[in-house]
Amino acid sequence: MISYIIRRTIAAVILLLVVTAVTFGIFFILPKLAGQTADQLAQQYIGKNPSPEDIAAVKRNLGLDQPVYEQYWNFIKGIVSGATYDLGPTTVRCDAPCFGYSFKDHLEVWPQLTSRLPVTISLASGAAVLWLLGGITAGVISALKPGSFFDRAAMGVALAGVSLPMFFTGQLALLLFSYQLEIFGRTYVPFTENPSQWANTLFLPWCSLALLYSAIYARLTRSGMLETMNEDYIRTARAKGLRERNVVVKHGLRAALTPLVTVFGMDVGLLLGGALITETVFSLHGIGEYAVQSISANDLPPILGVTLLAAFFVVFMNLVVDLLYATIDPRVRLS
Amino acid sequence: MTELSKTGAAVGEPVRAQDAPTAFLEVRDLKVHFPTDDGLVKSVDGLSFQLEKGKTLGIVGESGSGKSVTSLAIMGLHRLGARGKNVRMSGEIWLDGKELVGADPDEVRRLRGRDMAMIFQDPLSAMHPYYKVGSQIVEAYRVHHDVSKKVARKRAIELLDRVGIPEPDKRVDGYPHEFSGGMRQRAMIAMALVNNPELLIADEPTTALDVTVQAQILDLIRDLQKEFGSAVVIITHDLGVVAEIADDILVMYGGRCVERGPVDDIFYEPQHPYTWGLLGSMPRIDRAQTDRLIPVKGQPPSLINVPSGCAFNPRCPYADVPKDNITRTERPELREVGGRHFTACHLSQEDRTRIWTEEIAPKL
Repeated sequence: MISYIIRRTIAAVILLLVVTAVTFGIFFILPKLAGQTADQLAQQYIGKNPSPEDIAAVKRNLGLDQPVYEQYWNFIKGIVSGATYDLGPTTVRCDAPCFGYSFKDHLEVWPQLTSRLPVTISLASGAAVLWLLGGITAGVISALKPGSFFDRAAMGVALAGVSLPMFFTGQLALLLFSYQLEIFGRTYVPFTENPSQWANTLFLPWCSLALLYSAIYARLTRSGMLETMNEDYIRTARAKGLRERNVVVKHGLRAALTPLVTVFGMDVGLLLGGALITETVFSLHGIGEYAVQSISANDLPPILGVTLLAAFFVVFMNLVVDLLYATIDPRVRLS
Repeated sequence: MTELSKTGAAVGEPVRAQDAPTAFLEVRDLKVHFPTDDGLVKSVDGLSFQLEKGKTLGIVGESGSGKSVTSLAIMGLHRLGARGKNVRMSGEIWLDGKELVGADPDEVRRLRGRDMAMIFQDPLSAMHPYYKVGSQIVEAYRVHHDVSKKVARKRAIELLDRVGIPEPDKRVDGYPHEFSGGMRQRAMIAMALVNNPELLIADEPTTALDVTVQAQILDLIRDLQKEFGSAVVIITHDLGVVAEIADDILVMYGGRCVERGPVDDIFYEPQHPYTWGLLGSMPRIDRAQTDRLIPVKGQPPSLINVPSGCAFNPRCPYADVPKDNITRTERPELREVGGRHFTACHLSQEDRTRIWTEEIAPKL
């Protein structure tokens, strides 16, 4: 088990290196191939009307006039041991892990990410709890009485949930419950400061996001349950004289949920890398909003940073899923 | 009793005390029908039999003859789950003086696993892959006994030991996929016997096992029956299995009983052409190697459109022996042909004896 985790972690690190290399390539090699000079590239990293000194400083700091592998090495070195940016009049010390420096905002990327991460984690985890509860419950009840009124209603809501885009449901919820009825606040407060205020502000984004996801989970749970409830071992459980409730939960649901774990890991991993639309709609200053801002400002270092963080979460959640799988299903051997 | 009115069955009036049978297990005119889009599937259509404690009944028939449906009906397993509403059951099933068809489902649930238990065909799919073998046995025990997990675990180890699993205190923590096929079936038997059930139903218990293991499992069932004194219903398509283990044999065809009687009568004086067919298609060690097996020609009947008259008439080589086309117009009733030996066939006693002694027996 331990050696499996170590091996998987090493594999995850290698995978992340590949992801950085690809991302790096997109940002640094492709423009070169397209014929951009180092000066033009450097210009992109600064705001409008840069002075020649600024351009020279960016070029020097990112090593744009050096070969690509040198630049990549500098970038990796920065993550591992930090970097120092010499901006002419001032120097900026960027401590490890240094994910780069935005020459537009004059801010380091990593502190931006860490300060925004709690918002994104709060959003993703709260929504995940809601959609798991809602989706699985609806799916199980639907599967136990397929064709019933509840089944049709729940699957109808599920279909609507998948089809309605966040910028519709989210804004509608905001308009109704926050602006008109004034039940929910709109200013994010950290959990550590005021938990009830925290939950109050996040409730609408949680629900809107959960509606979107629980729809898929309800359908997955329903089809999984319909399948497992026909398994031979369900008949065995009933033949033991177990109450139907125990048969469903202990024997049916446990098996039906296994494939859901994979999907759940992926979804949470992706959401932790930033819920772009949700965060924008609800003005939450999370990773996703940072990404949106950086993209529209064409600010490459933060985009690179967010991409890497998102990739990290996806890879990490995949590792968690694999480990979970082995505990859920004893037939999966970790070797 | 609502199910009864649906099928319009004659039996099933509120049961009076004097109706209660004396046999330990008695099935009376059991009908299990499944409405489908294509029509009503009459899986079991009027089946009756009795079984005493300490005795073994073998139910024999080809696929789709209603053997398994019968066993699940006794266990009350048809009514459960999403499909439960789509089943129509009528008739009576008496277990130790209690009627089960019309009983409250929760009452039947309490009997399930405690008074009657079941062994299934494929122990790999019949055991939950995610739970340890031991904890599945513990679960079966604790449903009906208010004991601690520790006590139940001791009981599970004891049972695993009894069914011949080596190192039971270690194997109790193994998962089903870590057991071999035979060991898994032994564990399944341990799970069924953990509550000392008085009725044990084994649905094709050896079909998924290889031949050497089959004999061991049958020996085990026989030994355990002697020890526990339970009534055993063994369902199989393999006459070899019932020859070894059963006291009585019931031959099913198209959801009905075509012949029933003591094991020796069925093997040495079979009365029904279908039973002859089964015997003819069974490989026997005492038969010359050059002899070919005689298959029963044709296909099993559709349970939606059961052939009129005798359900076996399209495949029966003697369908035209009785006069007036009666085999195709009138369904034969089960008639006693000797001590506790019944058959449902239009052939006259003389014809049956003649055909058996002159045509069938010499070829076997």
